[in-house]
Order: sequence, then structure tokens, then C-alpha cells
Amino acid sequence: MSAPIVITNVSLYGDTPSDLVLVDGQIASLDAADAPADARTIDGSGLVALPGLVDLHTHLREPGREDAETIETGSRSAARGGFTAVHAMANTTPTADTAGVVELVASRGREVGLVDVYPVGAVTVGLNGTQLSEMGAMANSRAQVRVFSDDGKCVHDPLLMRRALEYVKTFDGVVAQHAQEPRLTEGSQMHEGLVSAELGLAGWPAVAEESIIARDVLLAEHVGSRVHICHLSTAGSVEIVRWAKSRGIQVTAEAMPHHLLLTDESARGYDPRFKVNPPLRTQEDVDALRAGLEDGTIDIVATDHAPHPDEDKDCEWGAAAFGMIGLETALGIVQKTMVDTGRLTWRDVARILSETPASIGRDEAHGRPLAVGEPANVTLVDPADAWTVEPAATDSRSNNSPFGGIELPGRAVATFLRGTPTYVDDRFTALTEGASA
Amino acid sequence: MKHLLGTDGLSREDAVLILDTAGQMAATQEREIRKLPTLRGRTVVNLFFEDSTRTRISFEAAAKRLSADVINFSAKGSSLSKGESLKDTALTLQAMGADAVVVRHWASGAAQRLAESGWLHGSVSVLNAGDGTHQHPTQALLDAFTMRRHLMGAAVGDDVTGKGLDGLTVALVGDILHSRVAGSNIALLRTLGANVVVVAPPTLLPYGLEERGEVAVHYTLDDALEAHDLDAIMMLRVQRERMTGGGSGFFPSPEEYTRLFGLDRARMDRLTDHAIILHPGPMNRGLEISAEAADSPRSVIVEQVSNGVAVRMAALYLLLSGEEASA
Amino acid sequence: MTGTILGAPDIGRALTRIAHEILERNEGHEDIVLLGIPTRGVPLAQRLAANLAEVEPGFDATQRIGALDITMYRDDLRSQPTRTIGATTLPSVGIDGKVVVLVDDVFHTGRTIRAALDAIKDEGRPRAVQLAVLVDRGHRELPIRADFVGKNIPTSRTERVDVHLAETDGEDAVILTGGHA
Repeated sequence: MSAPIVITNVSLYGDTPSDLVLVDGQIASLDAADAPADARTIDGSGLVALPGLVDLHTHLREPGREDAETIETGSRSAARGGFTAVHAMANTTPTADTAGVVELVASRGREVGLVDVYPVGAVTVGLNGTQLSEMGAMANSRAQVRVFSDDGKCVHDPLLMRRALEYVKTFDGVVAQHAQEPRLTEGSQMHEGLVSAELGLAGWPAVAEESIIARDVLLAEHVGSRVHICHLSTAGSVEIVRWAKSRGIQVTAEAMPHHLLLTDESARGYDPRFKVNPPLRTQEDVDALRAGLEDGTIDIVATDHAPHPDEDKDCEWGAAAFGMIGLETALGIVQKTMVDTGRLTWRDVARILSETPASIGRDEAHGRPLAVGEPANVTLVDPADAWTVEPAATDSRSNNSPFGGIELPGRAVATFLRGTPTYVDDRFTALTEGASA
Repeated sequence: MKHLLGTDGLSREDAVLILDTAGQMAATQEREIRKLPTLRGRTVVNLFFEDSTRTRISFEAAAKRLSADVINFSAKGSSLSKGESLKDTALTLQAMGADAVVVRHWASGAAQRLAESGWLHGSVSVLNAGDGTHQHPTQALLDAFTMRRHLMGAAVGDDVTGKGLDGLTVALVGDILHSRVAGSNIALLRTLGANVVVVAPPTLLPYGLEERGEVAVHYTLDDALEAHDLDAIMMLRVQRERMTGGGSGFFPSPEEYTRLFGLDRARMDRLTDHAIILHPGPMNRGLEISAEAADSPRSVIVEQVSNGVAVRMAALYLLLSGEEASA
Repeated sequence: MTGTILGAPDIGRALTRIAHEILERNEGHEDIVLLGIPTRGVPLAQRLAANLAEVEPGFDATQRIGALDITMYRDDLRSQPTRTIGATTLPSVGIDGKVVVLVDDVFHTGRTIRAALDAIKDEGRPRAVQLAVLVDRGHRELPIRADFVGKNIPTSRTERVDVHLAETDGEDAVILTGGHA
């Protein structure tokens, strides 16, 4: 257990200034006067305290693609981005479709100890879309999986999707759907629109996402299950989810930082750093996503952090892998697109980046209030520390960020997991000095 | 000009310069001695990731007529079986001292990537010889050259120097969606002042082409012939793999395609007297074009091939001469 | 000495004299064809042809005149901005077996003429090639000399000689500028 820490004069949720006293992994007090004598003190003036961020959609690549990322490097990158918990997607090699694999991921996450790693279980064996994996075994394993997803692939077969939605009710699980009609997106390279027509790249039409979301919310309604929509990217998808929620369907949805900031225009240079699935859409879609996040149609922001080694990106577009890293830029992009534009408050950010993702994933120790007696999972944000993204300077093993050279207005400057600093900015080195000595 | 990547970024001024230069190159090709010393000591690499004997030998002839050394490099690969990466190939070419790389690649954007990625340091010029379903600029330029020579010269002697294709109406018929020839032609024809008519089944039209309103679109060839007095008609090759099968076909059958889009005798007879017929080759006789049309006096299909050499000579000259290129 | 070295009357007299010298050297106009080197060699060749026709009415200027673009034969293509390629038009009587008189405005290093000799070789096989220039400014870099010279103008390398002709520039003049080494 780490030494007691006092954060003075920090703005909780961007509102009232307060102190935070972290002792024995818990928030012990909101008054610095209560701090133990051996507590290390840091000045929280000008900083915003949020409950530790939770990413419902991360690719840590281990096991199988340790050249792209490992649980250790991914955890470090997550902590630096302000996260205290991540959900590691199942598309590893081998696939996380058995209790053995999910336990391996969870235990490796615990060993590293920088964030809580919650493995996501595959819905179907080997993500092959034909046979349900043993979700019960994964749920009942030590990893206690609650989120199931074939992310990277769509659970396309409607009957299989229905069965999955029904089955996960057994253990209060949720299916997180990668909504992509496979036949409509065969060979697709980018958003189907005017830009794809000009660039001669095969299109990924919005309808391929929207038709699956429409089907799945209706299925969820029919069987009375909850369903989570991964990386929602189109204006039409926002409309469908808004409609579904108005009918009381148990649907939640996530948007990705890159879909809140970038458009298909970025593809014009054929630079594969901008190749991602679902693809960057149009400005109209970006605007709809921001509006959906503002009005609550979209519940959360998740990163879809998808590391790839240089050789899979430093090539021609058609040969490049889909995906971009995003753990360290997510918070800054949310601030840039949602907070600084007046659409969301920091209290809302706590909701979309911590409380709701924790609740969807049933992560009981995360997304808790900043209150006495709660777990000391805390992220300090400096909303005035503008910085320019340097992809090679991140803690991720991969460099495939599309945000290189973009200035973001703020960032996480310290992250505490159960009271232990897992990332601290240079200005707080006093926190870690001696701690390891 | 440093690279020739597409016609979409080509100014009218540069396009006309290429056509004018091609005109002078073509004149030298009528002499007994066709070889010119212009690019002596320069190395042109034909880098082909896709088979295209026609395009390769055309570029090879162009480079050799200008006395450049030519290295043919075929690197097979596809999105499925990657083979050698474009980047490693680029590093190899750089090491071999290439001055220009003529690249044909299955991936849209490959030529631009090669030019702009920083893999080729210094002064290597990139000529796009067809990238995926994106662009094939020298094909569009040779088509424009052929049209200009036949359709813009008659009124005032034969000197077409400095002219575009202003006022001409040109139809492109067939698979517009996947055709890099169409992609390059539509952009260049518009730049040069021609009216573009596109004829294709709706399944083979690029997204948003009709809505943009820059070209006239028709769903059958008869409709297009009814609506326009065409000066030139370009029949695009139908790729066999696009046709039918497995629910992925873009049209029901070759027979239906021929009925709606094929250029046969009856449709040819509806063209204006001076109208010419183009085809980028290789032709599917009996599918998109009948033998009668292909072999008629209106057909300039064979001439397109020889003009291709002149246009490619012009492109190589303009990219490889000049102080910029030697910097 | 800078400024206008030759005016319109000087240029006219020089071309008249060259025309006579050409006839004298070749003992008549039989077999003579003129090839102007673009840009200003072409109008100079036309003027010379007119002068020849005046002296020798049997000389049909329209059949004996052409233009020889030498761009593609230059040896400095890589060190200069890209040059536009001009038209080469041979005289209708051809050049095989003829006496080709190359015509250019300023004779300097000799490299243009070297390129022209290479270009002629690819066009055909003349019986002889001769060179007529309006101005010879010296500084030869190759063993080439002119057969007919309008005016020898000693220059320094830093100076610049510009020939203006009515056809291309709206006036006839030879202008010397620069020279401050």
C-alpha cells in the first residue's frame, strides 16, 4: 500500500475546490487537516479531480501481438491517459474465448498493476461468428467477465446474436456489438462518400453500421436484454439509438475520440494512420456524434486504442491495418470537442469517461463518487496544460496515432489506482521519489 | 512538374503543355531515326505490382526513345498476399539510382504514397501508371491527345498547339466505378473544357457522381445517344470479375450488358459524322464493343496506342529535365 | 560599352551582307536551305531567305526554309529550368544532299550549335552544314566557328547580349547589358 497522499485545493468534478486525502487505497477525507503526518502533499490548484477513467474498449494485443502492445505497455499508456481501468478486447491470439485466456489476461494485468484490466470475452469461438463461446465459464472465472464482444468482427448472424443477447442475462453480462454488415463492407477501405469516390478507395457505407444497430436494438427489445453498441460513427446510428432509448430499449452506445474530431477528408493523403474501422466519417456525422454525446444518446466515450507496429502503417493504404492508438489523447480530445465547446461539463466527463463505462462493464470499484470511504481511484486533469501530440513519445509500444502535431488543450497529470500513483507528471515527482527507494 | 500522380491535380496549363510536348514527340516518331538523346544517362524504373504488358511496353518504348536506361521491376503482390512491401521496393530503387519510377499498383494511392512518404529521398520522380481504382493519368492524356488531334485541328489547319478540348462532348461508357481510366478522364476532360457524359448502370457509378452535377449521367447508351451529339465515345473494358455470380455481380449477365451498353452498328450509325470511337484496350469484342465498331473508320483505337508512346515521352521529358529534377 | 549596339538599319545591312556571302560562298542558290534555330533564329532565317530571293529570283523561300528545335539535344537540360520543346519543320525540299545553313541570333559557347549538328544528323544527311549568326560574342567552349557573322561583339562573360527582333519583340535591336564583374 502506498504512502498517504494529500491533494490540496483541487476542483472536484470541475466544481467545488476541496482537498482529497488518500489513505490505504481509499478516499479518507476531503479535508487536508485530517491527513496523517507522513502524507505527501501535492498542490491541486487549477486541477480538476475526476474519478479514475474507465475505457470500455481497448486492444492490449497480448497474448499474440506483443510486437504491437503488451499488457504492460498498454497499462502504462492507459495510466498516463488518466485511466484506472480498461476493458481488453478479445481479438487476441489465441482469442479470449475461454476461461483460461481471460484469466491469463486478468492476472497479467494485476501483475503489472497500473490499471485494472478487465478482459472482454469473445461472443463466438475464435470470433468466427458461428458458435457461441463458453461465456458462462468466462463469467464465472476469476476474471469475472461481464462484457462480451467479437469486436473487429460483427456478430452478423441474427439468430446467433439473439442467442447471445439472451444468454448473457444469466450473469448480467452485456454484448458489445461491432456493428458492421459484412457483405455491405467487403473490401472496404474508408467511409463511402464523395472522398472515397475521388480517391478510388472501396467504400464502407453508413448503412452497413446503421442496419446492424437497428436490428440489434429490436432484438434487444424483443428478448429484454441490454446491448452495447461499440464505436458508433454515423449520424444515422445516433438517430436509431435515440429512437431506441425513447422506446425504453436497454441500449448503450460509445463514441470514439477520433470520430469526434476527424473526418474522411483526412484520407486524402493516403496516410494509413487515418485508416480505422469504422472509418472516419463526414463533418455531419462528427456534429451528430457530438450532439448525441451532449444529449445523452451516446452514453460514453471509449478509445478503441488499437496499436499496430510501424510496418502495418508505413505502407500503401490498401495494405495497411485498421486502427489507431488513443489512450493518451482521449481526455484531451473530449475536452477539446465537448468541454471547451460548452457542450459538456467536467461532471459530464466523469459520467461519460468513468461512471457510465464502469456501470456498463459492471466494474464495481470504478466510476465511484469522489467521496469519503470510496476507492481512491482518481485522475487529476490540468485543463490548461495545452500540449502537442507526438506519437513516438507515447508510452504505447506503437506509434499509430492520427493526432500527431495536433494541439490538445489539457491532459491527465496524475492518476491514482487505489491510492497509488500510477502516472504522475514531472511536476509531481515528489510523489514518487523515495517511494521506490 | 515533379511527379505525375493524377489528372485531378493537373492544371489546364500543365495539361496543355504535356499535350503540346507530346505533339513534338510524336513528330519525331515519324522520322527514320526515332531515338533522341534527351534523357541519356537517366534511369527509368518500371515498377509493376500488377501485370500490364501494354502499359509497361509503352512506357518502356517512351523511355528508350529518349535514350534513358530502363529497368523493369515486377513485384507481384496483392492485399491478400503482400509480397515485398512498397516501402522496401522503394528503398531498393533508390539504391539503384532511379531517376524516375513508373508505378503500377493494385492499391489506390500507391503512387502518391510512393511520392510523398519520404521513402524515396531526393529527386526521384513518380509517374502513376495506374493505381487501384483511382487514376491512370497518362491514359487520359493520350486519350485527350487523340481527341484533340482529330476533333480540334480540322477547322484551322492542323495546329492544335495550345488548345484544350473546349466545347467537345465526350461520353464514357461502362464501369465508371472501378475504372481508373474513367477517373482520370473525367477530371482531365473537364479541365480541358469538354462536356462529359457518363453512361453506366447505377451499380457501376461512383458515389455521389450524379448529385455533384458535373457530368451528365445516363443509364443506357440509347438514352445518351438520344440526348447528346457526341464528338467522341469511349468504351471502357468490362472486367470479367465484375459481371455476375454470387450475388455480387454488378449486372445480371454479359448479354444484358451488351444490349444496354454495347456499341454496335446501329448505335454507331447514330453518331455524328465526325465522331470518333476510343477504347483504352484490351477490348472485349462482342461485349462492350462490336467488331464492326472497333474496326470502323471512326475507330482511333490503334492510334491511341502510338499516341501513348508520345504522351509518355512528353511526361518523362517534363519530369526528368529541368533543374528541379536534378536538385 | 553597354546599351544598344546595333539598331534596325545595322541589322538590315548585316543580313543583306550575309545573304550575299552565302550566295558567293556556295556559288549560287542551288541546294541551299535555311534552318532557323528557335526562337529568334527562325525570323532571321526568314529574313535571310527573303534577301536571297531578292538577289536570286529563282530561290523559292517557301520551299527552302525550316526550323530546327534543338531542345531535346541540349547538354544542359538538368541544370536549367524545364524548356518547352518547339516545333521542328523541315524545308519541303528536305535536307538530304542539301547545303544547310543554320541560322541563330547569338553565337556564344557553341553548345547550341553542337546540339543543332546532332539534331540535323537525326533528320537526314545534308551535303554540307554552314552557320550564319547575327552576333558572335566569343567565349567558345567547343571547336566550332561561324561561316557568316553579322557583327563580332567582344564581351566579358558577365555581360549579356539580347537580340530583339520586330517579329518577336516589336523592335530590331542588339542590346548589351551587365558587365559589372
